Amino acid sequence: MPRLSFLAVGRVALALALSVPTLGISPPGVMAGVPARAQTVAIKNFAFVPQVVTVTPGTTVTWTNTDDDPHTVTASDKSFRSAALDTDGKYSFTFTKPGEFAYFCSLHPHMTAKIIVKAG
Amino acid sequence: MSEHHSDDPQAQGLNRRTLLRHCGAWAGAGALYTLTGGIASSIGLDTALAMAPKRGETKPFTFLQISDTHIGFDKAANPNARGTALQAIAKIKALPIKPEFILHTGDITHLSTDEQFADADAMLGETGLPIFHVPGEHDFLDEGGGKAFLTRYGKNTLGSGWYSFDHSGVHFVALNNVANLKAGGMAHLGDDQLAWLKADLAPLASSTPVVVFAHIPLWTVYEAWGWGTDDAGQALALLARFGSVTVLNGHIHQIVQKVEGNISFHSARSTAYPQPAPGAAPSPGPLKVPTEQLPTMLGIRTARFLRGSQPIALIETPLA
Repeated sequence: MPRLSFLAVGRVALALALSVPTLGISPPGVMAGVPARAQTVAIKNFAFVPQVVTVTPGTTVTWTNTDDDPHTVTASDKSFRSAALDTDGKYSFTFTKPGEFAYFCSLHPHMTAKIIVKAG
Repeated sequence: MSEHHSDDPQAQGLNRRTLLRHCGAWAGAGALYTLTGGIASSIGLDTALAMAPKRGETKPFTFLQISDTHIGFDKAANPNARGTALQAIAKIKALPIKPEFILHTGDITHLSTDEQFADADAMLGETGLPIFHVPGEHDFLDEGGGKAFLTRYGKNTLGSGWYSFDHSGVHFVALNNVANLKAGGMAHLGDDQLAWLKADLAPLASSTPVVVFAHIPLWTVYEAWGWGTDDAGQALALLARFGSVTVLNGHIHQIVQKVEGNISFHSARSTAYPQPAPGAAPSPGPLKVPTEQLPTMLGIRTARFLRGSQPIALIETPLA
């Protein structure tokens, strides 16, 4: 998985902010004009909430498990995979490539969700 | 050995073996005459005695099922899962009829750590009984995706940890349905395991009692929560010809049972925490109940095979 340096991410963010007056998607809690670099997903009641999330390339998604049971975040295409997350455990992954990334919990495979990565 | 013979061997309770010995001792001869299709033939009595009986010989025995000990769990539903496991083990040691072995139907640990496996092994070792394990999904959480479990319990198993063994004429089959689970599915056996199962069952007479044990239920208890095995139908088709099949599972932390033809299915209580009945809560997570109620919802199961009687007798023992 290629790592983007902090500066590179910053430069990309600045370029995006200057070139695009409004972003197509504004994740909650983000001020207008500031591009979203972080997105959170809760693992709650054996579900990923929100189940479908759309982010721009370069966004770091952080999952937090609030259940009393461990869960994992496992990409169907194997492009990302967390360790087992116990209660309050967190996992982060930075999405750089556009596309649709289906994922599930490998302990409880009926828990499914998706991250859509789309340039603004 | 008695010198005289009886007119009515049935009244004496003689089985074929003792009758042969009895007649042989009386007659002083060592030949068994049989009449098959009108053609008489004879074989030596010693040879006849050495032959395996036509039906598998099952003598009475007891074994124990324990499940979902979740060593390492410490959340609200039971902050002391270790303590309740020890209570279960004390009950095992106090059973009036000693089981010959234990089946652990998985989720031995909560997070697959070495400490948790070692702790579970030490506790269960106190029973002094042989233990046969199958993994739950909580036992395959290590970085190696099951290596921790298989290093401890994988000797003489195949694939992701399946195997079989015989005990007193009963055939026991251990299946792993928690490896390589796919998104959106339920539990899964996989083609390799099913191919092995077919070959494993093939030489058995249909009168052989079979016990199958696996972590996640092999019938669909509640699909919305993944409580089922998507390719179990293929396994059940292979088992359909047998006169007595008992399926023992865990995973759902409550007793649900079903009979389908000659196959009876039984899930088991956990020794760690209860879970809600299907659909009775937003999710299948650990269920917090009043403290005094908790031990009544945890427990162990004794299984007894009786002479001449095909179905096994299951006795549930709650912790309180």
